Amino acid sequence: MFFGIALWLVTYYLFNEGWKLPLFNKIPGPVEVITEWISRDPIFGMSLFTEAYHTNIYVSCQRILIAFSIATSVGVPLGLFMGWSKTFRDYTFPILETLRPIPILAWVPLAIIMFSGFETPIIFLATLASLFVTTLNTLLGVDSIDESYFRAAGCLGSKPRHVFWHVVLPGAMPFIFTGLQISVGVAWFSLVAAEMISGDFGLGYMIMDSYMQNKYVTMVMAMITLGFVGWLTSAMVRFAGDRMMQWRVRALALEGR
Amino acid sequence: MQAATATKGAISIRNVTKIYDPEGVNVMAVDDCSLEIAPGEVCMIVGPSGCGKTTLLNAIAGFHSITSGEIYLDGEMLCGPDKPIADQGADRMVVFQNGALFPWKTLLENVAYGPIVQGIMGKKEARDKAQDILAEAGLADFSMKFPGEVSSGMSRRAEIVRALINDPKVLLLDEPYRAMDALTKSIMHESLLEVYDRTKVTIFFITHDLEEAIFLGDRVVVMTTRPAKTKKIVNVAIKRPRDYTVLSSEEFRLLVAEAKGAVHEEAIKAFEAGERELA
Repeated sequence: MFFGIALWLVTYYLFNEGWKLPLFNKIPGPVEVITEWISRDPIFGMSLFTEAYHTNIYVSCQRILIAFSIATSVGVPLGLFMGWSKTFRDYTFPILETLRPIPILAWVPLAIIMFSGFETPIIFLATLASLFVTTLNTLLGVDSIDESYFRAAGCLGSKPRHVFWHVVLPGAMPFIFTGLQISVGVAWFSLVAAEMISGDFGLGYMIMDSYMQNKYVTMVMAMITLGFVGWLTSAMVRFAGDRMMQWRVRALALEGR
Repeated sequence: MQAATATKGAISIRNVTKIYDPEGVNVMAVDDCSLEIAPGEVCMIVGPSGCGKTTLLNAIAGFHSITSGEIYLDGEMLCGPDKPIADQGADRMVVFQNGALFPWKTLLENVAYGPIVQGIMGKKEARDKAQDILAEAGLADFSMKFPGEVSSGMSRRAEIVRALINDPKVLLLDEPYRAMDALTKSIMHESLLEVYDRTKVTIFFITHDLEEAIFLGDRVVVMTTRPAKTKKIVNVAIKRPRDYTVLSSEEFRLLVAEAKGAVHEEAIKAFEAGERELA
């Protein structure tokens, strides 16, 4: 992993400060960015030691946490019921499928009209994007469950609620967690888009704001920060998934994966 | 060995017909099939691929409806003219072709599941009982493992244990040892025979393997190619308990030869018709 990061940094350095490619003319190099980042007295006003930087990270993370929690707690049950009940699916699937293809950026004006302030529209957009992914993946997860598990459950004398808790939910789990990893990604995507358009704090706002003020060093710093934080959140989702699906982790381990 | 005597698990299949209707094309899977299975009998069903054996099993288990005819279990109608599909229930336990232990439950949780959801036992009691009967099947050390962590032979054995804890009247097995190598298979056969000698549960066993059928069964029912009817019934009078010495006996070889002719004829018909298996 560290080798990978080093490789990435070296490439960045070569393109930028080494070979001085014209494409990278106006982009600050890694040395400049890192120097600023770890400086106690940053030229453009933001570094690891300034409160403004921490606030931006904190605000974005908090928004993601809220959006992801809402999307998961609505999307997973919704998807499970859609997969489980044909009638429920017939009513809800068309709605999901017509709303889902609308790009999240197309929702921005609507969100601004509907909600006041900065906070609610941004969280709404991130939640919405995340919700579609989670619901669809959960639904596909239920579809993926082998019919013989339902039959076995029936033979063993299960009532519908047992089937739901002991077959539908655990059977859909692998797809749910794949969905959650994608969902946390699109939550970040739409969050940053929303923050760039209407925001007061946050990493998206930090990128846009420093771009407007020609603080390109801060801009690159915010982008890299975003990369790290995004990676961290999806690693957390992966970790939670592995904890909850020991049966799968152990079976895959035996296959040498 | 003290053999239990069977008093339950008589299956009566009377004039059962099943017509599938996918996309408006009628496919007759089972045609006017009748079969009486005595309590505690091991009835082996042999026939070419796609002939409708599994259709019959699905009808008994309550996975699929029948088009006409009746099926009775111990005198009670499972399905018939007014009730095309049988209720699923723990009196008829199925062991599936590809195995259907819940992969997200340990072997112990799998085995304890039935009595718990039926409300027959409390959680603690069910788990203790499950541990005991897993131990009887030689799986004591594996009870906390997930199905994905044990061999196919062990998981199949655990699946039979999961069925037996419910004290079923009938055990329905759909080619349970199909994908296994010959050595594992022979171990599975002996363990099934051992289970049978202990419980005398009625067994309805679908297979392609004629040697397996004659080694395990009291009767071998050879089915025709689709639509399935009974073509020939071979009575296996080899005395129980059986072990592997049976396989090299003259009696065994003669029975295999007797059944083989009938099966081969149907297999050729099925192959030439290019049958594919129905669900």
